[in-house]
Formats: sequence, C-alpha cells, structure tokens
Amino acid sequence: MRIGIDVGGTNTDTALIDGEVLRASCKSPTTPDVSTGIIAGLRRTLAIADTSPSAITAVMIGTTHFTNAVVERRRLLEVAGVRLGLPATRAVPPMTDWPGDLADRLGRHVFMVRGGNEFDGREIAPLDEAELKRIGAEIRRRGLRSVAITGVFSPVTSVMEKRAAEILREAVPGLAVTLSHEIGRVGFLERENASIMNACLADIARRVVASFRAALREVGIAAPFFISQNDGTLMAPDYVERYPVLTFASGPTNSMRGAALLAGETDAMVVDIGGTTSDVGMLMNGFPRESAVAVDIGGVRTNFRMPDLLSVGLGGGSIVRDNGARIGPDSVGYEITTRALIFGGETLTTTDIVVAAGLADIGDRSRVAHIAPEVINTALDTIHRMVDESIDRMKASAKPLPVILVGGGAILVSRDLPSASRVIRPDNASVANAIGAAIAQVGGEVDRVYCLDGTTREVVLTGAKDEASANAVRAGAAAASVRIMDIEEVPLAYLPNSATRIRVKAVGDLVIG
Amino acid sequence: MKLTTMQLRDLAIGAAFLGTGGGGDPYIGRLMVQACLDAGLEVEIIDPAELADDATVIPTAMMGATTVLVEKPPSGEEAVAALRRLEQRIGRRADATMPIEIGGINSTIPLLVGALLGLPVVDADGMGRAFPQLEMETFGVYGISGSPMAITNEHGDCVLIEAVNNRQMEWLARGVTMRMGGCAYIAEYSMTGAEVKRTAIPHTLTLAIRIGEVIRQAKANQEPPIEALLRFLPSTLYKFGRAIFAGKIIDVHRETKAGFAVGRARIEASHPSSAIMEIEIQNEYLVARVGGKVRAIVPDLICILDSESADPITTENLRYGQRVTVVAVSVPEIIRSPAALAVFGPACFGLAEPFTPIETIV
Repeated sequence: MRIGIDVGGTNTDTALIDGEVLRASCKSPTTPDVSTGIIAGLRRTLAIADTSPSAITAVMIGTTHFTNAVVERRRLLEVAGVRLGLPATRAVPPMTDWPGDLADRLGRHVFMVRGGNEFDGREIAPLDEAELKRIGAEIRRRGLRSVAITGVFSPVTSVMEKRAAEILREAVPGLAVTLSHEIGRVGFLERENASIMNACLADIARRVVASFRAALREVGIAAPFFISQNDGTLMAPDYVERYPVLTFASGPTNSMRGAALLAGETDAMVVDIGGTTSDVGMLMNGFPRESAVAVDIGGVRTNFRMPDLLSVGLGGGSIVRDNGARIGPDSVGYEITTRALIFGGETLTTTDIVVAAGLADIGDRSRVAHIAPEVINTALDTIHRMVDESIDRMKASAKPLPVILVGGGAILVSRDLPSASRVIRPDNASVANAIGAAIAQVGGEVDRVYCLDGTTREVVLTGAKDEASANAVRAGAAAASVRIMDIEEVPLAYLPNSATRIRVKAVGDLVIG
Repeated sequence: MKLTTMQLRDLAIGAAFLGTGGGGDPYIGRLMVQACLDAGLEVEIIDPAELADDATVIPTAMMGATTVLVEKPPSGEEAVAALRRLEQRIGRRADATMPIEIGGINSTIPLLVGALLGLPVVDADGMGRAFPQLEMETFGVYGISGSPMAITNEHGDCVLIEAVNNRQMEWLARGVTMRMGGCAYIAEYSMTGAEVKRTAIPHTLTLAIRIGEVIRQAKANQEPPIEALLRFLPSTLYKFGRAIFAGKIIDVHRETKAGFAVGRARIEASHPSSAIMEIEIQNEYLVARVGGKVRAIVPDLICILDSESADPITTENLRYGQRVTVVAVSVPEIIRSPAALAVFGPACFGLAEPFTPIETIV
C-alpha cells in the first residue's frame, strides 16, 4: 500500500492507495513546520483505513513549498552563478532579465569563465581551471554556500560542468552545487535561470526534506519516500535536496494524474473548475501534455517541463452579465458566501444560475426564483460554450476525448459537451493531488542536439531511447516496466547539415523494497 | 531618434511579426541591446534621407541556426569585429550600420553594433521581412555586391569571402558558419548612402517599433489588437493588410530538407464554415492556400497570429489547437519588382504558382 501526500499552501491532503484503489483520505491544515500537518494527516488516514504503518510500502509527497518560497522571496540563499562559456555569451551576463528585488536577494554574485561546448560537442574553449580556483576562493571569501554552474551546450556534454563542480567543491568545503544539465534542456538563459533559482533553495530543500523524513519516522513508517516532480515522475529525497526546483509544477500535474486514476482513464481532458478560473489540461498516456513555451516563475523566465494548462475566467463565483451572455472573467472569489444572491448578496454569479436552474441546491433558493428562464438558459449556454471551447483548444487532435470534471465549480457543467466523448465526475476529486502523488512513476529524459553526419537517424534515435530508458532505471524504475512515453524531433532551421534536436522521455514503475 | 527601452520592447514584437514565422526570436537580441542601454550607451536611428550620398554604410547581422544562438549567446564583439574587418578590407570607415533583415533577431544585431561603436543605425533593411539566405536581399537585387563579406565568431576568427556572385557568397558563408559552431556574425553588402537610398527598404526599423506599439496600446485599451494593427498598416509602405483566415490549427507537419525546416500547417475555419487553409513553411510562411487556391504568397507577408493576443507564432511554436488569425500584408514595390521576384519570388522556393499581389486576391 502506498500513501500520497500533497503539501499545499493551505491544506495537506493524504490518500492511502491499495493497488489502484483509494482506501482512505483526509485533509488537514498545513502547518508552518510542515511535519505536524503531515503527521496529523498520516495518523488520521491510517486510522480510517485501519492499517498499521508497517503495511505501507512507499510514501510519495507532492509539495508547492519551493515554488512558494521563490514567489514570496522567503528564506532564499545567496548564490554564486558560475557560467562556463567565454568568450561566447558575454553579451548577456547571468541574471540579466531578473526582477531586481529577486536578483538583489540572491546577491548578484555572477562569474563567467572560459569553457563550454558547441552543439556538436566540440569545446568552445578549454575549461579555465585556474580561473575557477580563483572563483572558488572568492566564493569562500564572500561566504556563499550554494553555487549554480551552467555550461554552454551542457545538455550535449556535461563533462565541463562536472569538472567545474569538482574544482569548486575542493575550494569550498560543504558547497551546495547545482549543475544545469541536471535541470533543464537546450535554451541557455532559461536553463541558467532555473539553475540559479535551484541553488537559492538549497537550505530550504534540506530542511523540508528533513521534516518529511522526521514526520514519517514519528508516525512509524519505515518505507522509503519520494517526492513528485513537474512531469509527474518521482525523485528520491537526496535528489530533491539537490534539485528542489524540479518540483515546481508538481501540483497541477499530480492533480491531473489523480483525476485520471479516479476516472479510470489515461487519455483524457481534465477540467478543474474553481471559484474564479477553470484550468484545462490534457493527459496523454496518463501524463499531462507539456508546455512548449518559456514559463515565468516569480518573474524569471525558465524552461521547466510544465504541464500545458489553459486558464479561463470561469468559476463558481464568476459574475454573470448581459442577461447571461457574458460571464467573468471577474469573480466574487472567496466572498461568494456573502456576495452571491443565494447567500443574501447582490451579485449574480454562476452558482446562482445553477441553483436557479434547479441543478444544485445551495444557499437560499428563493432568492433566485425571480431570475427569468431566458437568462438562466442563456447563462447555461455561455458556461457550456466556454468550457467546451477551452477543452477543444487544449486537445492535441480533433478526436473526442473523455472529459474529467473536478473542483468545487464542477456543478456548473450539467449538459453534454460536443468536444467530449463523455463527461466523468469522479468521487474523491478533492484529494486528487495526493492520489496523483501516490501513483507517480519514475522517469528519465534525453534532450540533445544530434549531428547526423556519418550516422543515421535510426541509430541516433535508438541511442537516445536507450539513454532515456537507462536514465529512468538509474532514477529507480524497474527495467522491465520502462517504456518510451514521448519522442520529439526538431530539425535545426538555417543549418545546412542534418543537425536535429531530439527529446525522448521514458517512464517506468518504481522498484519498491 | 534615440532608441528607448520601451521602443526596444515594441521592436521585438514588431520584428517577430515581420519575421513571418521565421528569423528567430528577438528575445536575446533585445537583452543584449538593453544591456547597452542600461550601461548608458545609446542607439541612434537615422532616416536614410539623412545619409550623405557618399557615406559608407556597412550592414551587420547574425547567420545560422537560431537554435544555436539561444544556447550560445554571443560575446557581443563578433558583429563589431566583422564590421571593423570589412572596413579594413574596403579601406573606408563606416558612417553607419543597418539591418539586412528586419524580421526576427537580425533586427537587433545592428542596434548592438551601433550602441557599442557609437555608429548610427539606418532605419531601413534589405529584406523587409525574413528570408533564409543572404542573396535574398534587395541590395543584391539592385546591383550591390554582397562581397567582400566578413564572417566572425566569438574567438576573433574572421573569414573574408570574395565570391563571384551573391548566391555563391551565401553558399560559402553557410559552410564557414557550420565550422564556427552553427551560428556566426557577418558584415556584408557595404555600400554608399546613395546606394542605400536606391536599394534598401526604408523605415522598417520604425515600422517594427510602431507595429509593436500599436499591438501593445490596443491591448492596454482593451481593443482587439489585430484590428488595430490592420487599421495602422495603410499609413505605412506595407499599405494593404488583411486577415485572410481565422480558425484553429488542426495539423502541423515538419521535416528537414537540405538543412532547412520544411513543412505545412493546416488551419480549420471557425464555424459555420469548414474551409481549411494550408500554409507551406520553408523556415518562414511562404504560401497560404484554400482548396488549392492561393490566398497569399511570398514575398507578401503571411503572419500567423494568436487570435486573442495577436502574438506572432513562429513555425517552431505552431501547435494543434491554437486559435489563430492569418494576416497577409503587401510588401513595398521594391520587394515585388520582376528583378526582386527573380531572387526571392515563389519560383526561388520551388513553388509552382506565380506571385500574385495580396490586394488583387479576392
């Protein structure tokens, strides 16, 4: 049996899964020390399921803790940003496009060294080891405890980043080291940004992982625990201590994957309707389709593997205007319990409409009895059109797919949707995040520019698949269960030899025990 | 005119629009120029009319794969070195630099050179959009030799090319670019002020800035940005702009042929129509057809915009499900003459259809 825990900003959700069956779940408030909330949730869940801690084989934790730390600029370390790339790259120094307050917070300690590689693996320049030693001494002098090392084309070859790490570790004992090739893909500035952001979380990562560990020990769970990352796969705790940034988008990913399990689907659209917005995403082979564009976190441009989500201004608190023809994007939000008509307020909201239509029984129904049937009908038309359009927009093909509705605002949808083969409303959707964490698998990826001179596409592709699979196994997947999830080939435009960027993703089941 | 930070941001949007799907994301170029502005350097943009007839103008640019550029930003000195080396070769100092290509990242390289050297940047270019090859320039069309050309990298290596014609210059330079890591910096088509006035497409830098500004202001005023853009175009040399299709991307296909990204995108019209527009890609959007009939064709601009935000969508970022509006724009006469069409007209991209001006297509 596995336990999934979702540590959010407000609530800590816990779910106990037996195979693919939800046995027990609960919500408890997130506590400032994190572990108290987890302990409370674990105890209650084990009690509900009448299960002993020794029966648990693995614990999977999803958390937004690190994202929040960056967004709120909390407990961030000063960071040495070391770039291997001179004489190239000098025109855009590290942290160039960062919000000033965050760059100040991190101390703006940037260093550029000769080194880095070309797209075909050649060296731009040999690594300047003497300069790195000097930088090491400077890092120690400034009392910095965390470094981010980013080499040009390190996704092609990581030798220089690793060598630079050796030199700096030697110069600065106990230095926390982030290597960019472990974090991101091709796209230098975005990868460097993500690496620096990762490095500033080194302390908080160690502390949070320690509190997870302590909570499990307190409850008497001896099973291994893992933390879920952006793409819905798992990381071992020691890896999270080093790469907390890879958890940044795990929340929506876990929520979508959990919803899929509850609905019994692997290929579906997930619509999470909240109070103010609806988030629409697509699951392919049980994983969210990822965004191709740069993602902004706390004002910094990164290229994380994030689920591609469309957020539209439609929720249970959205304001209804023009006799139902216009809905949102503004919402009464958390004030719904005072401002909506059914709660004695003066604002016509989408929830008022569904109550007036007799589709839900919330609040004081008599307060919406006066709404004209045409207005109700028009508003319901508008709601369904908005949901249907956003689903269609996020699909990867014209084929109708099952639509899984979750979230408190799911009551807004009562009719069939033309874009959906069917509409599913799973039970227990409120703990979908924790369930998604509990069922996470282990992944491995390759993202590199390959030169096809003197070889063939087939040879290169086979090599990339093998390497992605090996990475998954190295990360803890059972070899026999590993399969290729996704292959993406993008030829490099404006280059007259056959250079192609290939990205392969493999996943497998976690080896437990 | 001194370039401001806001104009630089607007330029990046406008240049992406004029890139017609190609030309590379101007983002890194914008950062490099911004770094200069932040350091107190200035970029002076001058009208071609301000150039003395005997002034020396040396255009600067990057060439090669923009995918390499986003992983290996330049030192910033490369294009400066190319310009200096070409000055030596021709025995004259540059009075100004100029873009060769207003579409995409190459709109920004001369701004960097201008800032670093204190050279004015001429408000004009040689493509009026983006094209994949160096011979595809109005400069060459109207008799300017691309050679001698200087091509540099971040190490200070420099190759001088003196080719028998501009096509051959492109071919040789492309090979050198590969050896330089897939992305290099160039100075070419050196010419006089009089030649700029005769062969360059005027006012394209300010056009790109204005396009970005119009889109930004429309969004700020909650107006539909594409409509605002179409209202603005008649006041420019790109006088005829029209939304020729709106709908949803239903299929994108890409492959590589001879080192260039080739493919096609299919867009399905919004209800009730079920018409399908097919757009052919060769690095840029080249031709748009509905039911086999041409609706817009190179060198007129074919731009795929996000229907809501009006953000230009590059060929690499096309995806199923995007709601898009296809905007076609007439290019100035200098880009449409028989001589110009012989260098970058439809036949030069292997298309069977003749060029038909967008304003005559119903």
